[in-house]
Amino acid sequence: MTEEIQKKSPLRRLMPLIIFGLLVALLWYGLGLNPRLVPSPLVGKPAPEFVLPLLNASGKLSHEDLKGDITLLNVFASWCFACRQEHQAITQLSRSGMRVIGFNYKDKAEDAAAWLRQFGNPYQVVAQDLDGRVGIDWGVYGAPETFVIDHNGIIRDKRIGPVDQEYISEKLMPLVQQIRSEQT
Amino acid sequence: MRVIMFLVMAVLLTPLYAAPVATYEFASAEQEALFNKLSNELRCLVCQNQAIADSNADLAKDLRDEIYGMLQQGKSEEEIVEFMVVRYGDFVLYNPPLKPMTWVLWFGPAFALLAGFFFVIRIINKQKKAAVAEMSGEEIERLKALQSEAQEMGKTEGNKDK
Repeated sequence: MTEEIQKKSPLRRLMPLIIFGLLVALLWYGLGLNPRLVPSPLVGKPAPEFVLPLLNASGKLSHEDLKGDITLLNVFASWCFACRQEHQAITQLSRSGMRVIGFNYKDKAEDAAAWLRQFGNPYQVVAQDLDGRVGIDWGVYGAPETFVIDHNGIIRDKRIGPVDQEYISEKLMPLVQQIRSEQT
Repeated sequence: MRVIMFLVMAVLLTPLYAAPVATYEFASAEQEALFNKLSNELRCLVCQNQAIADSNADLAKDLRDEIYGMLQQGKSEEEIVEFMVVRYGDFVLYNPPLKPMTWVLWFGPAFALLAGFFFVIRIINKQKKAAVAEMSGEEIERLKALQSEAQEMGKTEGNKDK
């Protein structure tokens, strides 16, 4: 039996350990993934059709209005704590000249208005989805969520959870550049 | 007494069972069955280890309403599932479809089991060979001697073991 073992190459003897190591690496990687980040099937597709009333303004917002420029559609609500966390980043994007539209999800008009008064309003307009019916068409399942929509009205990315500096520099800015280069 | 106990228990159990559908009125038993089937097969994205039938999340309630509404409009099971997948992706399905991306999910366990059998059989074969080879010439001589000894003594037990 001892001869048998010595005949095996060192690689073969280490094989079980290597397989075990790979398995550990795979599971460790899996642990680090966030199960809440469900890729949206809407990325690459036209923005779902909708018509919604505006907050604090007359008129309506529809999917047609999203065309013409790169738009951030930011799903927020006054009851959403993480929305406060991203508020500064959203404001910064809005100040930098990006079109940022608010999507007030399952909220009350007066609560949303008070929230915007308190923290500041970074949005060009705010569409009200009081019952969340349009949110379902957009595959919204929480707030905050942010959609990046190109000038043709195609959804190019969906951010689940707060927008932060890392997302802006690693994902959003390269994507905006890519869309701009496609335009010309 | 027993009957009363039984009735009390039955009454206590009913709300638990009926709660998710209590607020919906169905035109037919089939429609209700389909509603229950769908809401148990679709995952609630807010509380991911629950079906939308079990979840108290706001979104799960909205989606139950949505399914109910679509059933009232006479939509088929496939149409409703399609509606959900278009919006939320395959992840809403507790029963994921078979496609190249999900092959590992579907065939992985069977493959791992077969690979396990393969290695077990190989190890067993190897050990058998090793056990035979392990006997030294001296031992084989001794075994033969013992066997012939047993035969000479005419014992049946010795023959049986041969």
